[in-house]
Amino acid sequence: MLRIPCPHCGVRDEPEFVFGGPSHIARPESSVSDEVWTDYLFMRENRVGLHYERWLHAYGCGRWFNAVRNTLTHEILETYLMGDPRPPLTDRS
Amino acid sequence: MDRTRAIPFQFNGKRFEGFAGDSVASALLANGVRVVGRSFKFHRPRGLLSAGVEEPNGLLTVGDGAARTASVRAPVQMLVPELDVHSQAGWPSVDFDVGRALDFTASLWQAGFYNKTFIWPSWHAYEPAVRRMAGLGRAPDGPDPDRYEVRNMHCDVLVIGGGAAGLREAIDAARTGARVVLAEREFQFGGETLWNGSGVDGEPGNDWISRALTGLAAMTEVRLLPGSTAVGIYDDRVTVLVERVAEASGVSGAPHRRRAPRERYWIVRAERIVLATGAIEQPLIFENNDRPGIMLAGAARQYLRRFGVAVGSRVLIATNNDSAYALAKDLKEAGVLVLGIADSRHPVPIEPSTAAASLGIEVFPGTIPTGTAGFSRLKTVWLGRLNADASGIVSSGGGTGAGARVVACDALAVSGGFTPALQLYAHAGGALAYDPSSGALLPVHPVPGVTAAGGAAQSIPAGPRMSPSGRPGRQWVDLLHDVTVADLELALRENFTSMEHLKRYTTVGMAADQGKTSTVATLDVVARLRGISPSQLKHTTMRPPFVPVTLGAIAGRDLGERFAPRRELPMNAWHAAHGALFHDYGEWRRPTAYLKPGETREGAVRREAMAVRAEAGLFDGSPLGKLEIHGPDAVEFLDRFYINDLSTLKPMRARYGLMLRESGVIFDDGTVTLLAPDHLIVTTTSGGAKNVFRWLEEWRQCEWPDLRVAIIPVTEQWATIALAGPKARTVLSRLDTDIDLSAAAFPHLGSRMGHLLGFPARIFRVSFTGELTYEINVPARAGQAVWEALLSAGAGDGVQPLGLDALLLLRLEKGFLHIGTDTDGTTIPDDVGWGKAAANKRRDFIGKRSLLLPENTRTDRHQLVGLANTDGAAFVIGSHLRVPGSAHGSDGWITSACTTVLTNQPVGLAMVRGGRARVGQEVEVYDLGARVARARIVNPPFVDPAGERMNG
Repeated sequence: MLRIPCPHCGVRDEPEFVFGGPSHIARPESSVSDEVWTDYLFMRENRVGLHYERWLHAYGCGRWFNAVRNTLTHEILETYLMGDPRPPLTDRS
Repeated sequence: MDRTRAIPFQFNGKRFEGFAGDSVASALLANGVRVVGRSFKFHRPRGLLSAGVEEPNGLLTVGDGAARTASVRAPVQMLVPELDVHSQAGWPSVDFDVGRALDFTASLWQAGFYNKTFIWPSWHAYEPAVRRMAGLGRAPDGPDPDRYEVRNMHCDVLVIGGGAAGLREAIDAARTGARVVLAEREFQFGGETLWNGSGVDGEPGNDWISRALTGLAAMTEVRLLPGSTAVGIYDDRVTVLVERVAEASGVSGAPHRRRAPRERYWIVRAERIVLATGAIEQPLIFENNDRPGIMLAGAARQYLRRFGVAVGSRVLIATNNDSAYALAKDLKEAGVLVLGIADSRHPVPIEPSTAAASLGIEVFPGTIPTGTAGFSRLKTVWLGRLNADASGIVSSGGGTGAGARVVACDALAVSGGFTPALQLYAHAGGALAYDPSSGALLPVHPVPGVTAAGGAAQSIPAGPRMSPSGRPGRQWVDLLHDVTVADLELALRENFTSMEHLKRYTTVGMAADQGKTSTVATLDVVARLRGISPSQLKHTTMRPPFVPVTLGAIAGRDLGERFAPRRELPMNAWHAAHGALFHDYGEWRRPTAYLKPGETREGAVRREAMAVRAEAGLFDGSPLGKLEIHGPDAVEFLDRFYINDLSTLKPMRARYGLMLRESGVIFDDGTVTLLAPDHLIVTTTSGGAKNVFRWLEEWRQCEWPDLRVAIIPVTEQWATIALAGPKARTVLSRLDTDIDLSAAAFPHLGSRMGHLLGFPARIFRVSFTGELTYEINVPARAGQAVWEALLSAGAGDGVQPLGLDALLLLRLEKGFLHIGTDTDGTTIPDDVGWGKAAANKRRDFIGKRSLLLPENTRTDRHQLVGLANTDGAAFVIGSHLRVPGSAHGSDGWITSACTTVLTNQPVGLAMVRGGRARVGQEVEVYDLGARVARARIVNPPFVDPAGERMNG
């Protein structure tokens, strides 16, 4: 069970949250090619290491926020507000 | 130990007596019981090896019937009055076991034996007999009579292990003002300091412990948890402890159950964790190292000093480190004959050899056991001298050569060194590596927030652990799973070189003890067989739980009615009192049908459905998802979700809409009603209410934060009653309302706000049955009053309540879509006849672009069509369809089926490959591979195609 620091409520248990997949994925215009569109739909980095992702504090404040998590250690290095820019990579592992 | 309090107990049906303070293990030893079980594969007699959680032989069943607990470690179980303890293997008894014959076929029972042997006709033919023979213990016979609790806790520092090191860590942390939890596996704090005679800080051990406990008791921020074992550390240092509450009270069974839970499952969130978990002594590897009477030296010392039990009367000691010399001294002082100390090191360090000499005990340097004899009790040990690099025996047992030694004894105390008990450190993400100087697994790097103290942070220099001679098939590495050096040898020969593969193939370290006395030895043996150093090998992953956990403790009180929350309808009491047959749909408990006395479910469903077509019915649709959308951009916001154009929606009008995922797949459906330009009401499917709200919120918060819109879920605030049928208007008109219900003033797909029986009411003319329908929403608390008023107003007209089954039957007749029943995770709007609407909407919406992808524009996609039966039998949902002459195995499947209410015709809905172009064609219907009927593809609906009933 992760302990997740909600930027609005503080540290809470993982069962209060819902994982929302990778964050900072820009939705393309509908005029793009099939290839660009399917990349947007399906292609994800799935990287080992730092991962920018969104979480919903569903059983708390109900707010979505962003997190930087190390997929190898599960360590959440930082959480930040939805709409804030992606913080620079600082892999501590 | 309190020798004034005798405690009677039973072992294998025989009565024995122990004393207060005994463990089951010490009580058995004191009563002269040497054989406590039979081994897993070979049914060899086994005695106690250890005095702790690592015990691989003394796994016993405690209690019987529903309260039976299997694989309880004899050294860990406290003796309580009338405890009923049984061995788990051995028939007819542990002392005379016919399965022992298996031992003489040992060469057959190699690694991978099960995989290679029990394959014809299938493993399942052999499994019951194999399991019975194996002695894994039996599951309880009935529901657990005990209670369990799950509790949560936060602290700054969690100290695991309440020996001297743990007590000291707890005191140090508490002095800084930290909130401290100190968990100790045993019921008494102090660990081995309680009995090992060594002082702490120049003070006698027991005095130091009492002073430490007094000090801790005075600190308000310290919580002591005796009888609590840490079983796992998970992400972010979340730690699980299991507290044995019943055992601590010293009573068991019914008297205890009335008072307290049997166990408590603690979920601890700690900022920092200190592992003061001590170290686990390891055995030596030699031929026939599994005989009863061979025990770890530290355990023998604990039984002697703590419980007053000598492991034998003529004891030989074999060690590779200094620790066992203390046992020699204690045994000698207790008047037990010590036959000598075989020490695998050469030379033996000065200090221990001087100590032994002063006691008059002979030390055999560079010597290791090479074999033993004695069936149910050890009789003889052969010793051999190791050569310089311990790769061979200079002179071995059996009387060959100089230096060979044959010792007649009844006990052999062995010490193969100590490895820190750092399983929890490994759970927390720590890596361990083999240290050749101590033969132990030691931490490689620190884990943030997790430190070790005391024995868990030490390494003790040790010599060779393994005899280089002897038959590999008789040298046990894993006693609990009966894995020998020969098994590891064979696995390596078959190229299982990865330790993880080797573990799974041989099952070494996979037993209930999780390799606490075999993981390190496995590395030694494999390294020797491969001619490399054990430090080049990686130990297998250590996972929670550290010791077996009672399933009841994990479940806690979340059982039966408390397993999951259940949501009841606002009119639940009425339904329950009027014959409702309830079923759970997601979290909601809803009436499937209302059964009259003597009526079948099927009969009730048809009666209810008929009432709706002929008169009127009343349906409790309160779980229907309801969202209020407020704000100047509310229409703009919603228009980005639906395939239907909302920009043309007029005030007080409703529109049906489909919502897609970005992939184009249908996600949910419902209606959107415009109350005012900045206020809309969205309905969702009952099952989709939560997900649609989350979906809208995700886009609102994450993608379109610039839109001025707020979403309020109000599903539970409103009772939703659908009054449907030709007489709906007549019946509703009889209730006091300020809403004009006439067809002209309130047409189909209209909505009106007003009052009904004085309650605020929102009424929608939307229909899921194909009949004239008023969907009446009143505050949840008013639901039952309105429900009852409608029923009594319509009693003379035959108005009846209808359950979910009848509703779904009626909608099927109309060919209305039921999301999740007729659609699946691949269905796009065109598949269900909504392709044109989606294509015609000019502005973008979620999923629109995906509808243009080649996969979604194929002409041979499965499309929803109607099926009429030409053979007369009813359709079965899930049946497959084949077009005559088709090249495909299946051309589709039936998604919904029923027999029509008015015409008694079997009909269905089906997804058929290129279905819309096949209307009029015949298909074959297959149920579980057999052709059961022929059917014709038709266009739904099956009733009122012109929609006159609904629009009336």
